[in-house]
Amino acid sequence: MTKRLLTAALLLSVSALPAFAAKTSLVVGMPIEPPGLDPTIAAPVAIREVTWANLYEGLVRIDRAGKVQPLLAKSWEVAPDGLTYTFRLQEGVKFHDGSAFDSADVKFAFDRARDPKSTNAQKQIFAPIASIETPDPATVVIKLKETSGNFLYYLGWGDAVIVAPETAASNAANPVGTGPFKFKSWTRGDRVELAKNPDYWQKDKVKLESVTFRFISDAQAQVAALKAGDVDAFPNLGAPELFAEFQKDARFKAVAGNTEGETVAGLNSAKKPFDDVRVRRALMHAVDRKALIEGAYSGFGQPIGSFFSPNNPAFVDTTNVIPYDVEKAKALLKEAGYGNGLSITIKSPQMAYASRSAELLSAMMAEVGVDLKIIPTEFPAKWIEEVFKNKDYDVTIVSHTEPLDIDIFARDSYYFNYKNEKFKALVAEAAKTTDEKARFAKYAEAQRILAEDVPALFLFQLPKLGVWNAKVQGLWENSPIPSNDVTEVSWSE
Amino acid sequence: MLRLVFSRLVSLAVTLVFVSLAIFLILEVLPGDPAAIMLGTAAREDTLAALRQELGLDQPALLRYLQWIGGILQGDLGTSITYKMPVSTLVAERMNVTFPLSLLAILISTALALPLGVAAAARRDGPVDRAVLVFSQLGVAVPNFWIGLLFILFFSTWLGWFPAGGFPGWSNGVGPALQALLLPAVALALPQAAVLTRVTRSATLEVIGADFVRTARAKGVDRGATLRRHVVPNALIPVTTILGLQLSFFFGGAILVENVFNLPGLGRLAYQALNQRDLVVIKDIVLIFSGLVIVVNFLVDIGYAILDPRLRSRS
Repeated sequence: MTKRLLTAALLLSVSALPAFAAKTSLVVGMPIEPPGLDPTIAAPVAIREVTWANLYEGLVRIDRAGKVQPLLAKSWEVAPDGLTYTFRLQEGVKFHDGSAFDSADVKFAFDRARDPKSTNAQKQIFAPIASIETPDPATVVIKLKETSGNFLYYLGWGDAVIVAPETAASNAANPVGTGPFKFKSWTRGDRVELAKNPDYWQKDKVKLESVTFRFISDAQAQVAALKAGDVDAFPNLGAPELFAEFQKDARFKAVAGNTEGETVAGLNSAKKPFDDVRVRRALMHAVDRKALIEGAYSGFGQPIGSFFSPNNPAFVDTTNVIPYDVEKAKALLKEAGYGNGLSITIKSPQMAYASRSAELLSAMMAEVGVDLKIIPTEFPAKWIEEVFKNKDYDVTIVSHTEPLDIDIFARDSYYFNYKNEKFKALVAEAAKTTDEKARFAKYAEAQRILAEDVPALFLFQLPKLGVWNAKVQGLWENSPIPSNDVTEVSWSE
Repeated sequence: MLRLVFSRLVSLAVTLVFVSLAIFLILEVLPGDPAAIMLGTAAREDTLAALRQELGLDQPALLRYLQWIGGILQGDLGTSITYKMPVSTLVAERMNVTFPLSLLAILISTALALPLGVAAAARRDGPVDRAVLVFSQLGVAVPNFWIGLLFILFFSTWLGWFPAGGFPGWSNGVGPALQALLLPAVALALPQAAVLTRVTRSATLEVIGADFVRTARAKGVDRGATLRRHVVPNALIPVTTILGLQLSFFFGGAILVENVFNLPGLGRLAYQALNQRDLVVIKDIVLIFSGLVIVVNFLVDIGYAILDPRLRSRS
């Protein structure tokens, strides 16, 4: 009797399970916990890495190749003058609180972002907007004051996601969007949990039932968590020296891709001797980018000669404009009147990539007779105060993670103190150019100007060292926009 | 006794006011603009100004201080700049980790230190005494975060007995939660246990040499009973003082240990808030930590009076 019962129970339990059920939950590790979950009121990358495309959606999205794709707007027309954008919206889309999404929400979200009181970190996205009209619930007409070549692209950013008027104010703690996942819980200091949105308008694309983001700052702990299976994926591993180990391990997929982070050693162009372009070029000639990347990031990371991400279709390789050449560096320094040596300082943040790069730079500079002294500077607080706001520095080093941010070299009060009217005009023109080919040509030209002028030592693109369980499919290899988009992620089998 | 309690309460309140002023002033002169940190390196000046206004950072310092203290008196700790939620909720969540962690560490530390100290003193210069001296010397010399790192390497990465950090939360059962807290608690406890052992040993030795102990022995009370009835109760007074002082080290140590073990406690919250210049959170946490230390010292003072009848009558 017992035996028969057992058999029956066994049969029942077996038949209750679908054959070869694939896993439907995913644990993603991140080094930094986001401060709040609203990408429209704060800048940190970590906010986007949890929320963008998972919780919130914009009119358009950036895909894994860095291209603009329709999302909440299923299509759009741009008037021939380039000033009027007419968006046709997806219908039947609902916010996570059950309320319907329509053109009024788009108007609300953008008006909120461009309001004088708004604290949107990328307000310039909305600066060209003259008016927003909503002729019907499924149509939005945006009129611009001036043409903007990157307008659609910017609308794909986290700063331009659509939020609802009823919930916008509390999104930082209790996010409500239209995305494939709903916010479930946030154990601050530890994890954010998301659950599949059953009413999602593209339900068929979503395979996962739940996603957990865990925050583990220590690099060794990240590796331990991956090996123990506590975490399924670490899209940005903090331990480059241990990455090669994962590349050899068949249980894991380890992919070295690119981020949008240009790592540059800013030079204070308003200060002697950096006001002399010969000195700036000499310092660039003194840098062996390959050796630097080897030492600072275990050889991962692409060398850059200007300030543009290799992920961007308008990227041109400018690393040969001022190549590694010790003799030339010495000659240029002599010409500039520093043949007997030069003593300068570098304010270096505590992040491993920055402090290691600073040490290597110091050694490389010594080769050409430049004494580069390192001053450790706490990031972000002290660095923002001293370097960014007060511009009290000689050389500094930091990675700029915003996509398409070459215009920072065109800003008057930016910390580089770089002034080049030709460059400024060119970048402004590029931003207004709606024809893609013409715009890309202008960006290429702008990249070359920076490469020759060296307002900063252009070092390397911060790599994205992704490690995940070999059975996890669909994670991004590069991040053309800061994100951990898990919409189409699934487990094999 | 009542007069003692009252006078101690007054000095407690005065100390708290001074501490709050000190915290506020230090954060005033600390470099770092919370608005600039939140909005990153691409934000425009008008956006920064809007956020500063929203956070109330554009108001005069005195007004901000009074608003802070006024809020606290009404039980409102303010809203975190980065998390955008009430600090009281954040602190309550984090207390779920830091309080049990500290308590566990105090228990471990006391449970180790008292018997070891008394045993060492009972047979001075004997093998136990020598071993205890070596242990306490090592414990004082080695910092707790380094012990923590060694523990992770040995017990977690190597043996796999404990998680390498993180906290599953109490909702997943007491067992896993305690398991996650045990290594950090031991790491936190060992250096304090070492100090406490030394104090217990020397306090016990001092009492053992006193006249009344010799009298008791002369009257024929045996060794063990003398220790239990006469020596240990008298030695406990200096030990209590040190234990009270050590509480502040447990909270301070929690900042390091919680970071090493990736525990979502108050200490790590303080560290994160300091990095992000979440001034509201830092001010509150530092005040809470200082407040706890001050209150504990108040309780220790009262505790003396109970342990030592002479203090009671003198006041």
